[in-house]
Amino acid sequence: MLVHIKERWHVFFDDPVISSRMLTLLTLSFHIIYATIGVGVPLMIMIAQWVGIKKNDQHYILLARRWARGFVVTVAVGVVTGTAIALQLSLLWPNFMELAGNVIALPLFMEVFAFFFEAIFLGIYLYTWDRFEDQRKHLMLLIPVAIGAAMSAFFITTVNAFMNAPQGFEMVNGELVNVNPLAAMFNPATPTKIAHVISTAFMTSAFVLASIAAFRLVKGSNHDYHKKALFLTMKVGLVFSIATVIIGDFSGKYLAEYQPEKLAAAEWHFETEEHAPLILFGILNEEYETRYAIEIPSALSILAHGNPSREVIGLNEFPEEETPPLFIHYLFDLMVMIGMFMIGLSLFYWIGVKRNWSFIQTKPFRWLLVLGGPLSLLAIEAGWWMTEFGRQPWILRGIMTTSEAATTSDHVGIMFILFAGLYAILGIGTVVILTRMFRHHPVEKELAKQGGGAK
Amino acid sequence: MSLEIIGISVLWTFLFGYVIVASIDFGAGFFNAYSSFTGKKHILTKIIQRYLSPVWEITNVFLVFFFVGIVGFFPKTAFYYGTTLLVPVSIAIILLAIRGSYYAFETYGSKGHRGYAFMYGLSGLFLPASLSVVLTISEGGFITMVDGAPVLDYWALFTSPLTWSIVVLSVTAVLYISAVFLTWYANQAGDKHAANLLRKYALFWSLPTIITAGGIIYELRFHNEAHFEQLMNVGWMFGISFLLFIGTVWLIWKRRHYGIAFGLLVGQFAFAFYGYGISHYPYLLYPHLTIYDGFTNETMAISLIIAFLAGFLLLIPSLYLVLRLFLFDKDYVKGLSETKGGSQNE
Repeated sequence: MLVHIKERWHVFFDDPVISSRMLTLLTLSFHIIYATIGVGVPLMIMIAQWVGIKKNDQHYILLARRWARGFVVTVAVGVVTGTAIALQLSLLWPNFMELAGNVIALPLFMEVFAFFFEAIFLGIYLYTWDRFEDQRKHLMLLIPVAIGAAMSAFFITTVNAFMNAPQGFEMVNGELVNVNPLAAMFNPATPTKIAHVISTAFMTSAFVLASIAAFRLVKGSNHDYHKKALFLTMKVGLVFSIATVIIGDFSGKYLAEYQPEKLAAAEWHFETEEHAPLILFGILNEEYETRYAIEIPSALSILAHGNPSREVIGLNEFPEEETPPLFIHYLFDLMVMIGMFMIGLSLFYWIGVKRNWSFIQTKPFRWLLVLGGPLSLLAIEAGWWMTEFGRQPWILRGIMTTSEAATTSDHVGIMFILFAGLYAILGIGTVVILTRMFRHHPVEKELAKQGGGAK
Repeated sequence: MSLEIIGISVLWTFLFGYVIVASIDFGAGFFNAYSSFTGKKHILTKIIQRYLSPVWEITNVFLVFFFVGIVGFFPKTAFYYGTTLLVPVSIAIILLAIRGSYYAFETYGSKGHRGYAFMYGLSGLFLPASLSVVLTISEGGFITMVDGAPVLDYWALFTSPLTWSIVVLSVTAVLYISAVFLTWYANQAGDKHAANLLRKYALFWSLPTIITAGGIIYELRFHNEAHFEQLMNVGWMFGISFLLFIGTVWLIWKRRHYGIAFGLLVGQFAFAFYGYGISHYPYLLYPHLTIYDGFTNETMAISLIIAFLAGFLLLIPSLYLVLRLFLFDKDYVKGLSETKGGSQNE
């Protein structure tokens, strides 16, 4: 056992391909948490500010400010880890960037502009807090922040979509010719990917903020402020989780059409057949037989083509060295289950508020709401792992494999350790600072300082 | 003007922008830490925080802009520099991460922790050192091609006097640029104590800056003769740069027109920076990579330039707004707008 671990360790250190993949996985998995919050929270702040102005209710204005205050800390970590991944693209995948840079430099460049735009207005918003009497001016400053955040998600996701469905160029003797940057940006994977990324970011951020409000209520506060916060965030979360499911269905149809091997691996669908069943849960044994799974007849055909009798391409049609790893099935299940659960939870809560059910005010139910935020973040991670492992062995599907793209440098293993340490510090730091920040400034105190607050 | 020249000029300008804003930022962190260890914290911290808070995030974007741009315009740089720079650039990323996050953690979380201030100040000095290594490597002689892949000779890099001169220059220049800017900023704020202290720092760091800058030109003669000769062809630019330097120091010495002094300083570094850049032409990495063989396809170059212009139409008014609200707003600079009850900094 020990020898085995030691061997693995050596392979990890000696093979830059493996260690580059692991370091990229580590950086992105960490960055995605902050990036998701970075895209979604500005919208939530904007909504709270807007509701506050419309209802003339100080609670919502304060909500916007308190969220913004915590947001700065997550933005800081998001910015530095984003800088890390932007540089690591060239450091760990130099051959990929040399080739693909000819086609995707435009969206990368524009992403930086969007980020720049957001950074400027976020700075202005945070430091002009008490300069303007008119709350609408603060709302005007928030609009470019939210737009910039969504636009940077838009541009960077087109790059990822391009890696899944490369187009916009021709390969002639290993050289790229007839490059069309816009065709590369708006490839077949782009619409579903962008819609899915943005709606899940909104959904997740809403549920994360709902978690905080629910947590305060669980901990004994009974202030109107937290109840308003919870209702607002759950409502927004419900809207975007429904949107996510609809877009998820379109993503399935995209995969069936353009990346059938990813869909087949995620569904353990080996034989090409009509009336293809959807497989839920289960485990796969060494003979590629599924055990303990729930099969829903024809459901995969419906997911893939919207028609129960249509044929779905199976994994056996692809050469073995071009198929993705089969564990992505678990990630797919995890993502879908959490998504469904969140719709059910938020719908139940919403109806409960409308009908005055006392159940939604019980502790156990509120604990479920607290769980919603972390669960949504887990679904984000699972979804990204599924889509990224699902295009292995390619870095550019059909054109360049991951091992052709990696660096030849010998030092990636040690860099992995350094970055792992860094992310541990940043992760712990974020949690410590955020809890301390809000513990030292409870809402009740802040409202009292404002002169009692409205209502 | 060819697309290659436009591309590299745009990027060089962004790098210059980063050098100035990042120097102010790095130096400010150092002076802040230094002052808290010499018992002068009360004089400097307020003025420094007031400047840094709204802009720290913007500073970072300049750097990201530069390297995304260079890989965009010159994808082959990803191959040469990406492969060889793994270690120094990873260290720079980690230092940037520590700086950026701790700044936010400290400002918004727990205030005034000495350890944080110390790390923040120190990382600001290591950063220019680790980033300036790229300039040394671009002079050639440190990268060999093994089996078609570039390999960096760390030993040659660490033992080269050129490396260390560039490192020393980057650190002293950071402190000098920062001190001159902050002198002006403190004076604007009407903070006489801070302005006087920073004025002393500015004068102190001016001398090593100009000496090492001269020394590097001398060393290049032995390291890369071709480059040295081209440097001499644009010698007049360095001459102007030197005169502007004298102007800055004289104004600061006489305690007059700090704003103009900072303007002259920007001019001084602009002439030196562009003079250096022009003399480096046409190499991105001597002698492996020129701006011509590393350039992207024409379609991409044109779209990047269009995106760049469109982006700038968006950014210039926004940056102007930032300057008006924070740098040239008397109330903000003097700290008056905060007293109305800004609670975010508690």
